[in-house]
Amino acid sequence: MSQVTTAEITHHHDDKSQVKRIWKTFWLLLFLTLTELGIGLTIYTLHKGANPNHTLVLAFKGLVCILTLAKAFYIVSIFMHLGDEIRNLIMTIIVPLMLFVWFLTAFLWDGNAWKNLRNTDAGSRPSTEKVQQQTLPAKENGKPD
Amino acid sequence: METAAAIQPTTKLWNGGKSPFNVSYGKLMMWYFLMSDAFTFGAFLISYGTIRFSQNVWADPNHVFNAFPLTGHTNLPLAFVSLMTFILILSSVTMVLAVHEGHNMNRKGVEKWLVFTILGGLAFLGCQAWEWTHLITGDHAVLVNGTLQHWGTTVSHNPWGPEVNYNGAEVASPGPIAFGGYFFGITGFHGFHVFSGVVINGIMLVKTRLGHFDQRGHYEMIEKAGLYWHFVDLVWVFVFLCFYLI
Repeated sequence: MSQVTTAEITHHHDDKSQVKRIWKTFWLLLFLTLTELGIGLTIYTLHKGANPNHTLVLAFKGLVCILTLAKAFYIVSIFMHLGDEIRNLIMTIIVPLMLFVWFLTAFLWDGNAWKNLRNTDAGSRPSTEKVQQQTLPAKENGKPD
Repeated sequence: METAAAIQPTTKLWNGGKSPFNVSYGKLMMWYFLMSDAFTFGAFLISYGTIRFSQNVWADPNHVFNAFPLTGHTNLPLAFVSLMTFILILSSVTMVLAVHEGHNMNRKGVEKWLVFTILGGLAFLGCQAWEWTHLITGDHAVLVNGTLQHWGTTVSHNPWGPEVNYNGAEVASPGPIAFGGYFFGITGFHGFHVFSGVVINGIMLVKTRLGHFDQRGHYEMIEKAGLYWHFVDLVWVFVFLCFYLI
């Protein structure tokens, strides 16, 4: 069985203040979620308009991403008590997650490149079909596949 | 001498005999498991983002997710998913309160908050079941090769493409087929995590009632189950962002 001393269990705050801190975090998360919801509905209203301002929509989407990261910070730091752990432990969790910076950049860039290719002559379907049609006569000549 | 005195406490951490991270083995491994699980979810979500970036059109979440139980066809964008988010945040709070009561060795308190957490998890799963059923059995007019068809949202059918003119009326065309697969795949994988979290919390409740943690002298298992449960909430924050908000 695990040999845990009470000192190893994260418990740095006294009873009353800890419970207060938990509920404070709850209201904060609720506030952030409602703000996100408000922005989501604003985007919806913008999309309904005849000429949506795409820069504004993009700015609002960026803002929701930042609010989401703030929510993630509070959940991990307060609810999961990572903020109360010692620095070495925090770093072994946070540093590997930095890979996501490259991961997001590279893959979304790749997706965007595919879209650009799709919209050029080289990536469009009709020319692909043309190439396939050109290979068809080869079969009729009786050559094996 | 002063520098030697300052360095001593940190070097002592790695001299053996105690955890240099000041946590038990089980809790540390739970953190590393959650980190690897974060990479799994991250890979799914980034894959979804890549495909979405590669498309000229995508389904508008405000049109896809605008239904609420018992309100028929009323247009209520984002309302139901907000309720689901609220339920999950609330169950995260009850879980952290259970962990807190565990610190105080208060068995009754742990039991009470665990029951609330389990109820929250079940409520969330119920909501997701309703949402999936509503999407799959939905009936949307789609113009396919010049004829009108009626589609639900599934892994093979996406009735949320751009609107086209058909006999003077605006009708949807088929959207990118990847939408359903990613939505059901990722929310399904998250829902499976919620389900397993409910099972784990159920086991914790039984063990608490049987007094196992009182015998052991600490409620650290509740903390580990709590870490998993908060992680499920954390993932939902990102699923909420990627599928419903942007």
